[in-house]
Amino acid sequence: MGETALFWIMAPIAVLGALGLVFARKAVHGALSLALTMISLALFYIAQEAPFLGVVQIVVYTGAIMMLFLFVIMLVGVDSSDSRVETIRGQRAAATLAVLGVIVLLTGVTVRATLPSEPTGLAQATPDGNVPAIADAIFGTYVWAFEVVAALLITAAVGAMTLTHRERLFHRPTQKELSIKRFTEGPPGEAAGLPVPGVYARHNAVDTPALLPDGTPSEASINRVLVARGAARSTEEFRHHPTPADIEAGAEGETDEPVGGDDDTNGGERA
Amino acid sequence: MNPTNYLVLSIILFSIGAAGVLVRRNALIAFMSVELMLNAANLSFVTFARMHGNLDGQIVAFFVMVVAAAEVVVGLAIIVTIFRTRRSASVDDASLLKL
Repeated sequence: MGETALFWIMAPIAVLGALGLVFARKAVHGALSLALTMISLALFYIAQEAPFLGVVQIVVYTGAIMMLFLFVIMLVGVDSSDSRVETIRGQRAAATLAVLGVIVLLTGVTVRATLPSEPTGLAQATPDGNVPAIADAIFGTYVWAFEVVAALLITAAVGAMTLTHRERLFHRPTQKELSIKRFTEGPPGEAAGLPVPGVYARHNAVDTPALLPDGTPSEASINRVLVARGAARSTEEFRHHPTPADIEAGAEGETDEPVGGDDDTNGGERA
Repeated sequence: MNPTNYLVLSIILFSIGAAGVLVRRNALIAFMSVELMLNAANLSFVTFARMHGNLDGQIVAFFVMVVAAAEVVVGLAIIVTIFRTRRSASVDDASLLKL
């Protein structure tokens, strides 16, 4: 009775998770719905007198494999969504038809086959409980297969390492070398490094440009990656635009202005 | 409860996984669909083990899990390598069989 209730609650959830994988626009959502399906499968294993496999399913599949998938999704880019263009015309309809055909065929065979309507149960096969019986089988009858599988796992790990390994082609410059290079090759204004991002009353994030001593915002103070992604604030936002009143006030002390103006242009070039 | 229910559920999950492999272009989702198919096969192994009172089905399901773990490791490494050279995780872009 309890098993029947569990089945009719968890089976639709498992099917929904599987459908979520197929219809998800983003790979992350697909991975999460697949994890849902795997957890419900683990519950089915436990209900079917396979507690060891149920635990292994949760630890290995939802714990290790799905997390590996999520890490690779993060590496490849979370928002790398699928193109909806069909490369082969009518492929989707044909695939749906074929899959429905497989469902009908296999279900027909399974329902018509003479299978026991009540399971025999594993009580006779596992007198000491599930885990000792599995241990007996793995380290007795199947010990050779177990050894081969161990070799396979190690080979897979080494293979993954060689596939993803990248040899460094150039010597990575140390901090000292970078500093010497700044002094010998760079413009003298950058000998102490580029200006750091700005700190204001409203913003102190790394996407805000610094104001140089002459009052101009410096584009060099923002990380180039942020600029390339379009995530940085524009320097225009922080440039001081003098109002007519400012200009009139500035016109009175005009004797200082040329010197300040010179500095301005230099600062602009440096930035 | 009639164990045929589990078998039918396993068939449905397997077919949905097959549909994912056939329809989706994203290599990661196609790969996850393969995992779904392996899991569905495991469910029927466990069901048959209980139906016939024989533990061998559970042992086979266990080995399928181990082999699937090894397969995932290598497959994801291949996907990462292809993504590095092609900047794309679509199975259509990797049609030249060379990197």
